[in-house]
Amino acid sequence: MTRPNLPEPKEFARRIRAQALRMVHAAKASHIGGCLSMADILAVLYTRILRLDPAEPQSPGRDRFVLSKGHATAIMYATLAECGFFSLAELDTYCRDGSIFTGHVSHAVPGVEVSTGSLGHGLPIAIGMALAARSAGAGSRVFCLLSDGECDEGSNWEGILFAPHHNLSNLCVIVDFNKIQSFGTVAEVLNLDPFADKWKAFGWHVEEIDGHDVIALERALGAVPAPSGRPTVVIAHTVKGKGVSFMENKLEWHYRSPSDELLAQALAEVGA
Amino acid sequence: MRTTFIESLSQAASENPDIWLLCGDLGYSVLEPFAAKFPGRFINVGVAEQNMAGMAAGIALSGKTVFIYSIGNFPTLRCLEQLRNDVCYHGADVKVVAVGAGYAYGSQGYTHHALEDAGIMSMLPGIEVFVPCDPMEVRAATRLIAGSGKPSYLRLSRQGEPNLGAVVTDPRKPRVLREGREVVILASGPIASRALEAAGELGGRGREVGVMSVSCLKPLDEAAIRDAVRDASLIVTLEEHILRGGLFSLVAGAYAGDAQRPPVAGIGIPEQGGKTSSAGSREALLDAAGLSVQAIVARIEQSLAKR
Repeated sequence: MTRPNLPEPKEFARRIRAQALRMVHAAKASHIGGCLSMADILAVLYTRILRLDPAEPQSPGRDRFVLSKGHATAIMYATLAECGFFSLAELDTYCRDGSIFTGHVSHAVPGVEVSTGSLGHGLPIAIGMALAARSAGAGSRVFCLLSDGECDEGSNWEGILFAPHHNLSNLCVIVDFNKIQSFGTVAEVLNLDPFADKWKAFGWHVEEIDGHDVIALERALGAVPAPSGRPTVVIAHTVKGKGVSFMENKLEWHYRSPSDELLAQALAEVGA
Repeated sequence: MRTTFIESLSQAASENPDIWLLCGDLGYSVLEPFAAKFPGRFINVGVAEQNMAGMAAGIALSGKTVFIYSIGNFPTLRCLEQLRNDVCYHGADVKVVAVGAGYAYGSQGYTHHALEDAGIMSMLPGIEVFVPCDPMEVRAATRLIAGSGKPSYLRLSRQGEPNLGAVVTDPRKPRVLREGREVVILASGPIASRALEAAGELGGRGREVGVMSVSCLKPLDEAAIRDAVRDASLIVTLEEHILRGGLFSLVAGAYAGDAQRPPVAGIGIPEQGGKTSSAGSREALLDAAGLSVQAIVARIEQSLAKR
Protein backbone atom coordinates (compact mmCIF):
# COMPACT_ATOMS: atom_id res chain seq x y z
CA MET A 1 0.00 0.00 0.00
CA THR A 2 1.58 3.26 -1.10
CA ARG A 3 0.75 6.52 0.60
CA PRO A 4 0.49 9.10 -2.15
CA ASN A 5 1.80 11.92 0.00
CA LEU A 6 5.00 10.12 0.98
CA PRO A 7 8.15 9.80 -1.12
CA GLU A 8 9.61 6.58 -2.49
CA PRO A 9 11.29 4.41 0.16
CA LYS A 10 14.83 5.35 -0.86
CA GLU A 11 14.10 9.04 -0.68
CA PHE A 12 12.25 8.54 2.62
CA ALA A 13 15.23 6.63 4.01
CA ARG A 14 17.58 9.40 2.91
CA ARG A 15 15.48 11.97 4.77
CA ILE A 16 15.21 10.04 8.02
CA ARG A 17 18.92 9.20 8.01
CA ALA A 18 19.71 12.89 7.70
CA GLN A 19 17.20 13.82 10.41
CA ALA A 20 18.55 11.20 12.78
CA LEU A 21 22.13 12.36 12.24
CA ARG A 22 21.15 15.96 13.00
CA MET A 23 19.17 14.93 16.10
CA VAL A 24 21.90 12.76 17.57
CA HIS A 25 24.49 15.44 16.87
CA ALA A 26 22.42 18.21 18.47
CA ALA A 27 21.51 16.16 21.52
CA LYS A 28 24.96 14.55 21.82
CA ALA A 29 22.99 11.31 22.03
CA SER A 30 23.99 7.75 21.19
CA HIS A 31 22.74 4.83 19.09
CA ILE A 32 23.19 6.37 15.64
CA GLY A 33 24.72 3.14 14.28
CA GLY A 34 21.62 1.10 15.10
CA CYS A 35 19.39 3.88 13.75
CA LEU A 36 21.10 3.94 10.37
CA SER A 37 21.02 0.14 10.03
CA MET A 38 17.22 0.10 10.25
CA ALA A 39 16.50 3.19 8.12
CA ASP A 40 15.53 1.23 5.01
CA ILE A 41 13.31 -1.11 7.03
CA LEU A 42 11.37 1.81 8.53
CA ALA A 43 11.20 3.52 5.14
CA VAL A 44 9.54 0.52 3.52
CA LEU A 45 7.24 -0.12 6.48
CA TYR A 46 5.96 3.44 6.72
CA THR A 47 5.71 4.25 3.00
CA ARG A 48 4.52 0.89 1.66
CA ILE A 49 3.30 -1.53 4.30
CA LEU A 50 1.66 -0.15 7.44
CA ARG A 51 -2.01 0.81 7.35
CA LEU A 52 -1.87 3.87 9.55
CA ASP A 53 -3.51 7.25 9.52
CA PRO A 54 -1.59 10.06 11.28
CA ALA A 55 -4.89 11.93 11.53
CA GLU A 56 -6.33 9.04 13.53
CA PRO A 57 -3.39 7.37 15.26
CA GLN A 58 -5.58 5.31 17.63
CA SER A 59 -7.87 3.85 14.97
CA PRO A 60 -8.76 0.34 16.24
CA GLY A 61 -8.27 -1.33 12.86
CA ARG A 62 -4.76 0.06 12.29
CA ASP A 63 -1.67 -2.03 11.81
CA ARG A 64 0.68 -1.91 14.79
CA PHE A 65 4.40 -1.31 14.73
CA VAL A 66 6.27 -2.17 17.93
CA LEU A 67 9.84 -0.93 18.12
CA SER A 68 11.42 -3.39 20.50
CA LYS A 69 14.95 -2.03 20.06
CA GLY A 70 13.77 1.01 21.97
CA HIS A 71 17.14 2.76 21.95
CA ALA A 72 16.85 3.51 18.22
CA THR A 73 14.65 6.54 18.81
CA ALA A 74 16.14 9.25 16.64
CA ILE A 75 15.26 7.44 13.43
CA MET A 76 11.87 6.36 14.83
CA TYR A 77 10.83 9.89 15.73
CA ALA A 78 12.17 11.18 12.41
CA THR A 79 10.03 8.59 10.62
CA LEU A 80 6.88 9.60 12.46
CA ALA A 81 7.54 13.27 11.78
CA GLU A 82 8.07 12.60 8.08
CA CYS A 83 4.75 10.74 8.05
CA GLY A 84 2.98 13.69 9.63
CA PHE A 85 2.26 12.42 13.14
CA PHE A 86 3.80 15.71 14.37
CA SER A 87 5.89 18.47 12.91
CA LEU A 88 9.53 18.13 11.92
CA ALA A 89 10.30 21.13 14.12
CA GLU A 90 9.45 19.08 17.21
CA LEU A 91 12.42 16.85 16.53
CA ASP A 92 14.63 19.73 17.69
CA THR A 93 13.58 18.96 21.27
CA TYR A 94 14.98 15.42 21.09
CA CYS A 95 16.45 14.49 24.52
CA ARG A 96 16.10 18.09 25.74
CA ASP A 97 14.86 19.03 29.21
CA GLY A 98 11.11 18.55 29.46
CA SER A 99 10.70 17.02 26.00
CA ILE A 100 8.49 13.99 25.39
CA PHE A 101 11.11 12.82 22.88
CA THR A 102 13.11 10.65 25.28
CA GLY A 103 16.21 8.72 24.32
CA HIS A 104 14.36 5.44 24.65
CA VAL A 105 11.12 5.35 22.75
CA SER A 106 8.09 6.81 24.54
CA HIS A 107 4.39 6.23 24.03
CA ALA A 108 3.84 9.89 24.85
CA VAL A 109 4.93 10.55 21.25
CA PRO A 110 2.06 10.38 18.74
CA GLY A 111 2.36 7.27 16.58
CA VAL A 112 4.43 5.30 19.09
CA GLU A 113 2.47 2.25 20.24
CA VAL A 114 4.58 1.28 23.27
CA SER A 115 7.52 2.48 25.30
CA THR A 116 10.44 0.10 25.25
CA GLY A 117 14.12 0.32 25.95
CA SER A 118 14.61 -2.53 28.28
CA LEU A 119 15.31 -5.21 25.70
CA GLY A 120 13.15 -8.28 25.19
CA HIS A 121 9.84 -6.58 25.91
CA GLY A 122 8.48 -5.74 22.47
CA LEU A 123 7.77 -9.17 21.08
CA PRO A 124 5.50 -10.38 23.92
CA ILE A 125 3.54 -7.12 23.70
CA ALA A 126 3.28 -7.52 19.91
CA ILE A 127 2.02 -11.06 20.38
CA GLY A 128 -0.71 -9.77 22.69
CA MET A 129 -1.67 -7.18 20.10
CA ALA A 130 -1.75 -9.82 17.36
CA LEU A 131 -4.00 -12.06 19.46
CA ALA A 132 -6.37 -9.18 20.18
CA ALA A 133 -6.40 -8.13 16.52
CA ARG A 134 -7.20 -11.64 15.37
CA SER A 135 -9.98 -11.85 17.93
CA ALA A 136 -11.42 -8.55 16.69
CA GLY A 137 -11.33 -9.80 13.10
CA ALA A 138 -10.25 -6.41 11.78
CA GLY A 139 -7.38 -7.78 9.72
CA SER A 140 -4.75 -5.76 11.56
CA ARG A 141 -1.17 -6.91 11.29
CA VAL A 142 1.50 -6.40 13.93
CA PHE A 143 5.13 -5.74 12.99
CA CYS A 144 7.83 -5.91 15.65
CA LEU A 145 11.42 -4.82 15.08
CA LEU A 146 14.10 -6.53 17.17
CA SER A 147 17.81 -5.92 17.29
CA ASP A 148 20.15 -8.85 16.98
CA GLY A 149 21.72 -8.31 20.39
CA GLU A 150 18.22 -8.24 21.84
CA CYS A 151 17.78 -11.84 20.75
CA ASP A 152 19.94 -12.79 23.75
CA GLU A 153 16.93 -12.09 25.99
CA GLY A 154 15.00 -15.15 27.10
CA SER A 155 11.65 -13.39 27.04
CA ASN A 156 11.91 -13.30 23.23
CA TRP A 157 12.32 -17.04 23.07
CA GLU A 158 9.19 -17.53 25.16
CA GLY A 159 7.34 -15.52 22.53
CA ILE A 160 9.10 -17.22 19.63
CA LEU A 161 7.82 -20.52 21.02
CA PHE A 162 4.31 -19.18 21.57
CA ALA A 163 3.46 -17.43 18.29
CA PRO A 164 3.65 -20.42 15.91
CA HIS A 165 1.81 -22.64 18.40
CA HIS A 166 -1.11 -20.22 18.10
CA ASN A 167 -0.71 -19.74 14.32
CA LEU A 168 -0.33 -16.00 14.66
CA SER A 169 -0.01 -15.30 10.97
CA ASN A 170 -0.81 -11.61 11.41
CA LEU A 171 2.47 -11.20 13.34
CA CYS A 172 5.73 -10.29 11.64
CA VAL A 173 9.05 -9.96 13.42
CA ILE A 174 11.85 -8.11 11.68
CA VAL A 175 15.36 -8.59 13.01
CA ASP A 176 17.78 -5.76 12.25
CA PHE A 177 20.74 -8.13 11.97
CA ASN A 178 23.63 -5.69 11.85
CA LYS A 179 26.04 -8.10 13.59
CA ILE A 180 27.25 -5.66 16.25
CA GLN A 181 25.84 -5.40 19.74
CA SER A 182 26.72 -3.21 22.64
CA PHE A 183 30.15 -4.49 23.66
CA GLY A 184 31.31 -6.55 20.69
CA THR A 185 30.16 -8.41 17.64
CA VAL A 186 27.26 -10.81 17.91
CA ALA A 187 29.61 -13.62 16.92
CA GLU A 188 31.91 -12.78 19.82
CA VAL A 189 29.37 -11.98 22.54
CA LEU A 190 26.70 -14.63 22.10
CA ASN A 191 26.55 -16.21 18.71
CA LEU A 192 23.08 -16.52 17.16
CA ASP A 193 24.08 -18.89 14.35
CA PRO A 194 22.45 -20.74 12.76
CA PHE A 195 19.91 -17.97 13.21
CA ALA A 196 17.39 -18.72 10.46
CA ASP A 197 17.46 -22.40 11.36
CA LYS A 198 16.50 -21.58 14.94
CA TRP A 199 13.39 -19.68 13.81
CA LYS A 200 12.52 -22.44 11.33
CA ALA A 201 12.84 -25.05 14.05
CA PHE A 202 10.42 -23.04 16.18
CA GLY A 203 7.88 -23.07 13.32
CA TRP A 204 8.18 -19.61 11.78
CA HIS A 205 7.91 -18.64 8.14
CA VAL A 206 11.43 -17.28 7.57
CA GLU A 207 12.56 -14.71 5.04
CA GLU A 208 16.26 -13.85 4.97
CA ILE A 209 17.05 -10.77 2.93
CA ASP A 210 19.33 -7.79 2.46
CA GLY A 211 17.86 -5.25 4.86
CA HIS A 212 18.93 -2.36 2.65
CA ASP A 213 17.22 -3.72 -0.49
CA VAL A 214 13.92 -1.86 -0.47
CA ILE A 215 12.43 -4.08 -3.17
CA ALA A 216 13.23 -7.23 -1.18
CA LEU A 217 11.89 -5.61 1.99
CA GLU A 218 8.64 -4.62 0.31
CA ARG A 219 8.19 -8.10 -1.10
CA ALA A 220 8.86 -9.84 2.24
CA LEU A 221 6.85 -7.47 4.44
CA GLY A 222 4.03 -7.20 1.93
CA ALA A 223 3.53 -10.97 2.08
CA VAL A 224 2.27 -10.83 5.68
CA PRO A 225 0.22 -12.77 6.66
CA ALA A 226 2.00 -15.75 5.17
CA PRO A 227 -0.30 -18.19 3.34
CA SER A 228 1.10 -20.99 5.51
CA GLY A 229 -0.73 -19.52 8.51
CA ARG A 230 2.52 -19.18 10.40
CA PRO A 231 4.04 -16.02 11.87
CA THR A 232 6.72 -14.44 9.72
CA VAL A 233 10.24 -13.45 10.66
CA VAL A 234 12.23 -11.30 8.28
CA ILE A 235 15.92 -11.62 9.08
CA ALA A 236 17.21 -8.43 7.56
CA HIS A 237 20.97 -8.45 7.06
CA THR A 238 22.08 -4.90 7.61
CA VAL A 239 25.18 -2.81 8.17
CA LYS A 240 25.52 -0.92 11.42
CA GLY A 241 25.97 2.77 10.56
CA LYS A 242 24.78 2.14 6.98
CA GLY A 243 25.28 5.08 4.63
CA VAL A 244 28.08 6.85 6.51
CA SER A 245 31.47 5.43 5.58
CA PHE A 246 33.23 6.11 8.85
CA MET A 247 30.37 4.70 10.92
CA GLU A 248 29.80 1.49 8.99
CA ASN A 249 30.58 -1.66 10.98
CA LYS A 250 32.14 0.34 13.80
CA LEU A 251 31.22 -0.58 17.38
CA GLU A 252 32.09 2.92 18.64
CA TRP A 253 29.13 4.41 16.73
CA HIS A 254 26.78 2.53 19.02
CA TYR A 255 27.71 5.24 21.51
CA ARG A 256 29.27 8.27 19.85
CA SER A 257 27.59 11.32 18.41
CA PRO A 258 29.28 13.08 15.49
CA SER A 259 31.26 16.31 15.87
CA ASP A 260 30.35 19.30 13.69
CA GLU A 261 32.87 18.24 11.04
CA LEU A 262 31.84 14.62 11.04
CA LEU A 263 28.16 15.60 10.88
CA ALA A 264 28.82 17.59 7.73
CA GLN A 265 30.62 14.65 6.16
CA ALA A 266 27.91 12.22 7.24
CA LEU A 267 25.12 14.40 5.85
CA ALA A 268 26.96 14.71 2.57
CA GLU A 269 27.35 10.95 2.38
CA VAL A 270 23.67 10.20 3.02
CA GLY A 271 22.77 12.80 0.42
CA ALA A 272 21.27 15.50 2.60
CA MET B 1 -10.71 -18.26 47.72
CA ARG B 2 -9.60 -19.56 44.36
CA THR B 3 -13.04 -20.93 43.62
CA THR B 4 -14.71 -17.71 44.69
CA PHE B 5 -12.30 -15.80 42.49
CA ILE B 6 -13.04 -17.82 39.38
CA GLU B 7 -16.79 -17.72 40.01
CA SER B 8 -16.68 -13.95 40.40
CA LEU B 9 -14.47 -13.55 37.34
CA SER B 10 -16.78 -15.74 35.27
CA GLN B 11 -19.72 -13.63 36.33
CA ALA B 12 -17.87 -10.46 35.32
CA ALA B 13 -16.79 -12.04 32.03
CA SER B 14 -20.34 -13.02 31.14
CA GLU B 15 -21.31 -9.36 31.51
CA ASN B 16 -18.21 -7.95 29.80
CA PRO B 17 -17.01 -9.62 26.57
CA ASP B 18 -13.67 -7.80 26.79
CA ILE B 19 -12.42 -9.74 29.83
CA TRP B 20 -9.64 -12.24 29.09
CA LEU B 21 -7.81 -14.67 31.37
CA LEU B 22 -4.25 -15.90 30.82
CA CYS B 23 -2.51 -18.45 33.00
CA GLY B 24 1.06 -19.61 33.21
CA ASP B 25 0.24 -23.32 33.08
CA LEU B 26 -1.24 -23.28 36.57
CA GLY B 27 -4.79 -23.43 37.84
CA TYR B 28 -5.60 -27.13 37.49
CA SER B 29 -9.07 -27.91 38.86
CA VAL B 30 -9.73 -24.18 39.34
CA LEU B 31 -9.71 -22.40 35.98
CA GLU B 32 -11.43 -25.04 33.86
CA PRO B 33 -14.95 -23.57 34.23
CA PHE B 34 -13.77 -20.24 32.82
CA ALA B 35 -11.90 -21.94 29.98
CA ALA B 36 -14.95 -24.01 29.11
CA LYS B 37 -17.33 -21.05 29.16
CA PHE B 38 -15.08 -18.52 27.37
CA PRO B 39 -12.72 -20.54 25.18
CA GLY B 40 -11.80 -17.57 22.98
CA ARG B 41 -10.79 -15.51 25.97
CA PHE B 42 -8.70 -18.02 27.88
CA ILE B 43 -5.09 -18.84 27.04
CA ASN B 44 -2.70 -21.10 28.85
CA VAL B 45 0.46 -19.26 27.87
CA GLY B 46 2.74 -22.00 29.14
CA VAL B 47 5.41 -21.75 31.81
CA ALA B 48 6.50 -18.36 30.53
CA GLU B 49 5.57 -15.52 32.85
CA GLN B 50 7.55 -12.78 31.11
CA ASN B 51 5.77 -13.52 27.85
CA MET B 52 2.45 -13.77 29.69
CA ALA B 53 2.83 -10.34 31.33
CA GLY B 54 4.01 -8.66 28.13
CA MET B 55 1.23 -10.28 26.12
CA ALA B 56 -1.32 -9.16 28.69
CA ALA B 57 -0.13 -5.60 28.20
CA GLY B 58 -0.43 -5.94 24.43
CA ILE B 59 -3.96 -7.34 24.67
CA ALA B 60 -4.96 -4.67 27.19
CA LEU B 61 -3.54 -1.90 25.00
CA SER B 62 -5.87 -3.24 22.30
CA GLY B 63 -8.90 -2.47 24.46
CA LYS B 64 -9.32 -5.53 26.66
CA THR B 65 -9.26 -6.23 30.40
CA VAL B 66 -6.75 -8.99 31.03
CA PHE B 67 -6.31 -11.18 34.13
CA ILE B 68 -3.07 -13.12 34.47
CA TYR B 69 -2.97 -15.95 36.98
CA SER B 70 -0.29 -18.07 38.56
CA ILE B 71 1.25 -19.06 41.90
CA GLY B 72 2.78 -16.57 44.32
CA ASN B 73 6.06 -15.23 42.98
CA PHE B 74 5.66 -16.34 39.37
CA PRO B 75 3.25 -13.72 37.96
CA THR B 76 4.83 -11.05 40.19
CA LEU B 77 8.57 -11.22 40.88
CA ARG B 78 9.43 -13.39 37.87
CA CYS B 79 8.11 -10.76 35.47
CA LEU B 80 8.52 -7.67 37.63
CA GLU B 81 10.03 -5.53 34.90
CA GLN B 82 7.24 -6.45 32.47
CA LEU B 83 4.74 -5.35 35.12
CA ARG B 84 6.66 -2.14 35.70
CA ASN B 85 7.32 -1.15 32.08
CA ASP B 86 4.73 -2.88 29.95
CA VAL B 87 1.75 -2.78 32.33
CA CYS B 88 2.10 0.06 34.84
CA TYR B 89 4.05 2.55 32.71
CA HIS B 90 1.35 2.27 30.06
CA GLY B 91 -1.52 2.13 32.55
CA ALA B 92 -2.58 -1.09 30.82
CA ASP B 93 -5.74 -2.73 32.16
CA VAL B 94 -4.01 -5.84 33.48
CA LYS B 95 -4.88 -7.67 36.70
CA VAL B 96 -2.19 -9.78 38.28
CA VAL B 97 -3.69 -12.60 40.35
CA ALA B 98 -1.34 -14.60 42.54
CA VAL B 99 -2.55 -17.60 44.47
CA GLY B 100 -0.67 -18.86 47.50
CA ALA B 101 -0.37 -15.86 49.81
CA GLY B 102 2.35 -16.15 52.43
CA TYR B 103 2.79 -19.75 53.54
CA ALA B 104 -0.23 -21.11 51.67
CA TYR B 105 2.07 -23.51 49.77
CA GLY B 106 3.69 -24.34 53.10
CA SER B 107 5.51 -27.61 52.60
CA GLN B 108 6.65 -26.71 49.07
CA GLY B 109 9.47 -24.59 50.45
CA TYR B 110 10.70 -21.02 50.25
CA THR B 111 10.53 -20.76 46.44
CA HIS B 112 6.75 -21.10 46.74
CA HIS B 113 6.27 -18.83 49.74
CA ALA B 114 4.97 -15.38 48.79
CA LEU B 115 6.47 -13.23 51.53
CA GLU B 116 7.61 -10.07 49.72
CA ASP B 117 5.09 -9.86 46.87
CA ALA B 118 2.54 -7.43 48.32
CA GLY B 119 5.19 -4.88 49.24
CA ILE B 120 6.94 -5.14 45.90
CA MET B 121 3.68 -4.86 43.97
CA SER B 122 2.69 -1.86 46.10
CA MET B 123 5.83 -0.06 44.95
CA LEU B 124 4.80 -0.20 41.30
CA PRO B 125 3.31 3.08 40.09
CA GLY B 126 -0.42 3.28 39.47
CA ILE B 127 -1.33 -0.23 40.61
CA GLU B 128 -4.01 -1.07 43.17
CA VAL B 129 -3.19 -3.87 45.61
CA PHE B 130 -5.75 -6.14 47.26
CA VAL B 131 -5.01 -8.74 49.93
CA PRO B 132 -8.42 -10.14 50.87
CA CYS B 133 -8.95 -12.13 54.06
CA ASP B 134 -11.96 -14.21 53.08
CA PRO B 135 -14.19 -15.18 50.14
CA MET B 136 -16.45 -12.16 50.69
CA GLU B 137 -13.53 -9.83 50.14
CA VAL B 138 -12.30 -11.86 47.18
CA ARG B 139 -15.66 -11.51 45.50
CA ALA B 140 -15.87 -7.78 46.11
CA ALA B 141 -12.28 -7.13 45.03
CA THR B 142 -12.62 -9.24 41.88
CA ARG B 143 -15.76 -7.38 40.85
CA LEU B 144 -14.15 -4.05 41.55
CA ILE B 145 -10.89 -4.64 39.65
CA ALA B 146 -12.73 -6.19 36.70
CA GLY B 147 -14.26 -2.80 36.09
CA SER B 148 -11.63 -0.41 37.42
CA GLY B 149 -9.72 0.04 34.16
CA LYS B 150 -6.43 0.13 36.08
CA PRO B 151 -3.54 -2.23 36.78
CA SER B 152 -4.30 -4.30 39.90
CA TYR B 153 -2.75 -6.95 42.07
CA LEU B 154 -4.95 -9.52 43.79
CA ARG B 155 -3.30 -11.82 46.33
CA LEU B 156 -5.24 -14.98 47.07
CA SER B 157 -4.78 -17.80 49.50
CA ARG B 158 -5.66 -21.28 48.35
CA GLN B 159 -7.67 -23.16 50.96
CA GLY B 160 -11.35 -23.09 51.79
CA GLU B 161 -11.03 -20.04 54.01
CA PRO B 162 -14.21 -19.21 55.96
CA ASN B 163 -15.92 -15.85 55.78
CA LEU B 164 -14.76 -13.73 58.70
CA GLY B 165 -17.29 -10.95 58.56
CA ALA B 166 -20.40 -9.50 57.01
CA VAL B 167 -20.94 -8.33 53.45
CA VAL B 168 -18.24 -6.09 51.98
CA THR B 169 -19.60 -2.76 50.86
CA ASP B 170 -16.46 -1.13 49.48
CA PRO B 171 -13.36 -3.31 49.02
CA ARG B 172 -11.11 -0.24 49.13
CA LYS B 173 -12.21 0.44 52.73
CA PRO B 174 -11.00 -1.38 55.84
CA ARG B 175 -13.68 -3.74 57.15
CA VAL B 176 -14.55 -4.17 60.79
CA LEU B 177 -14.39 -7.83 61.78
CA ARG B 178 -14.70 -7.21 65.52
CA GLU B 179 -15.58 -4.06 67.40
CA GLY B 180 -13.19 -2.74 70.03
CA ARG B 181 -11.28 0.49 70.49
CA GLU B 182 -8.58 0.03 73.16
CA VAL B 183 -6.35 -2.08 70.94
CA VAL B 184 -7.02 -2.27 67.20
CA ILE B 185 -5.49 -5.06 65.17
CA LEU B 186 -5.18 -4.21 61.49
CA ALA B 187 -4.77 -7.44 59.55
CA SER B 188 -4.31 -8.19 55.88
CA GLY B 189 -5.15 -11.54 54.32
CA PRO B 190 -6.41 -14.78 55.89
CA ILE B 191 -4.13 -14.27 58.91
CA ALA B 192 -7.04 -12.05 60.06
CA SER B 193 -8.60 -15.23 61.46
CA ARG B 194 -5.70 -15.45 63.94
CA ALA B 195 -6.21 -11.80 64.78
CA LEU B 196 -9.79 -12.63 65.72
CA GLU B 197 -8.67 -15.53 67.90
CA ALA B 198 -6.07 -13.38 69.60
CA ALA B 199 -8.63 -10.62 70.16
CA GLY B 200 -10.97 -13.15 71.74
CA GLU B 201 -8.22 -14.36 74.04
CA LEU B 202 -7.31 -10.81 75.06
CA GLY B 203 -10.99 -10.03 75.53
CA GLY B 204 -11.16 -12.83 78.07
CA ARG B 205 -8.34 -11.09 79.92
CA GLY B 206 -10.26 -7.83 80.12
CA ARG B 207 -8.91 -6.03 77.06
CA GLU B 208 -11.13 -4.41 74.50
CA VAL B 209 -9.65 -5.42 71.18
CA GLY B 210 -11.00 -4.62 67.72
CA VAL B 211 -9.99 -6.26 64.45
CA MET B 212 -10.09 -4.71 61.01
CA SER B 213 -9.27 -6.33 57.73
CA VAL B 214 -7.22 -3.98 55.56
CA SER B 215 -7.63 -5.80 52.28
CA CYS B 216 -6.73 -2.82 50.12
CA LEU B 217 -3.08 -1.97 50.72
CA LYS B 218 -2.98 0.50 47.88
CA PRO B 219 -4.56 2.98 47.91
CA LEU B 220 -4.46 2.70 51.70
CA ASP B 221 -7.52 4.37 53.20
CA GLU B 222 -5.59 6.34 55.80
CA ALA B 223 -8.62 8.38 56.85
CA ALA B 224 -10.64 5.28 57.71
CA ILE B 225 -7.73 3.81 59.65
CA ARG B 226 -7.22 7.03 61.61
CA ASP B 227 -10.89 7.07 62.46
CA ALA B 228 -10.91 3.44 63.61
CA VAL B 229 -7.89 3.83 65.89
CA ARG B 230 -8.75 7.27 67.24
CA ASP B 231 -9.18 6.05 70.82
CA ALA B 232 -6.65 3.21 70.71
CA SER B 233 -3.69 3.02 73.02
CA LEU B 234 -2.04 0.52 70.64
CA ILE B 235 -2.28 -0.27 66.95
CA VAL B 236 -1.16 -3.72 65.90
CA THR B 237 -0.53 -4.70 62.30
CA LEU B 238 -0.63 -8.39 61.46
CA GLU B 239 0.41 -9.79 58.09
CA GLU B 240 1.55 -13.02 56.48
CA HIS B 241 4.39 -11.13 54.81
CA ILE B 242 7.65 -9.58 55.90
CA LEU B 243 7.20 -6.27 57.68
CA ARG B 244 9.30 -4.28 55.23
CA GLY B 245 7.07 -2.87 52.51
CA GLY B 246 3.90 -4.55 53.73
CA LEU B 247 0.99 -3.44 55.88
CA PHE B 248 3.22 -2.38 58.81
CA SER B 249 5.36 -0.15 56.60
CA LEU B 250 2.30 1.41 55.00
CA VAL B 251 0.51 2.09 58.30
CA ALA B 252 3.65 3.35 60.05
CA GLY B 253 4.40 5.52 57.03
CA ALA B 254 0.93 7.03 57.22
CA TYR B 255 1.69 8.32 60.70
CA ALA B 256 5.30 9.34 60.09
CA GLY B 257 4.52 13.03 59.73
CA ASP B 258 2.31 13.27 62.82
CA ALA B 259 3.67 15.02 65.91
CA GLN B 260 1.64 12.71 68.14
CA ARG B 261 2.18 9.23 66.77
CA PRO B 262 0.24 6.29 68.10
CA PRO B 263 2.42 3.28 68.89
CA VAL B 264 2.27 0.72 66.09
CA ALA B 265 3.38 -2.83 66.83
CA GLY B 266 4.14 -4.75 63.67
CA ILE B 267 3.72 -8.51 63.64
CA GLY B 268 4.84 -10.30 60.50
CA ILE B 269 7.26 -12.83 59.17
CA PRO B 270 10.98 -12.33 59.84
CA GLU B 271 13.34 -11.98 56.90
CA GLN B 272 15.00 -15.28 56.24
CA GLY B 273 18.10 -14.40 54.25
CA GLY B 274 20.28 -17.44 53.75
CA LYS B 275 18.24 -19.72 56.01
CA THR B 276 16.70 -22.85 54.65
CA SER B 277 13.01 -23.23 55.16
CA SER B 278 11.67 -26.31 56.85
CA ALA B 279 8.78 -28.31 55.49
CA GLY B 280 5.41 -27.88 57.11
CA SER B 281 1.83 -26.85 56.80
CA ARG B 282 0.91 -23.20 56.59
CA GLU B 283 -0.20 -23.35 60.20
CA ALA B 284 3.07 -24.90 61.41
CA LEU B 285 5.18 -22.39 59.48
CA LEU B 286 3.17 -19.47 60.83
CA ASP B 287 3.64 -20.79 64.36
CA ALA B 288 7.38 -21.23 63.76
CA ALA B 289 7.62 -17.67 62.45
CA GLY B 290 6.14 -16.30 65.67
CA LEU B 291 2.60 -15.89 64.41
CA SER B 292 0.80 -18.43 66.58
CA VAL B 293 -2.24 -17.05 68.36
CA GLN B 294 -0.43 -17.35 71.68
CA ALA B 295 2.60 -15.51 70.33
CA ILE B 296 0.38 -12.75 68.93
CA VAL B 297 -1.34 -12.40 72.30
CA ALA B 298 2.01 -12.27 74.07
CA ARG B 299 3.39 -9.63 71.69
CA ILE B 300 0.34 -7.43 72.21
CA GLU B 301 0.51 -7.77 75.99
CA GLN B 302 4.21 -6.90 75.94
CA SER B 303 3.53 -3.83 73.85
CA LEU B 304 0.74 -2.75 76.15
CA ALA B 305 2.99 -3.22 79.19
CA LYS B 306 5.51 -0.79 77.67
CA ARG B 307 2.87 1.92 77.47
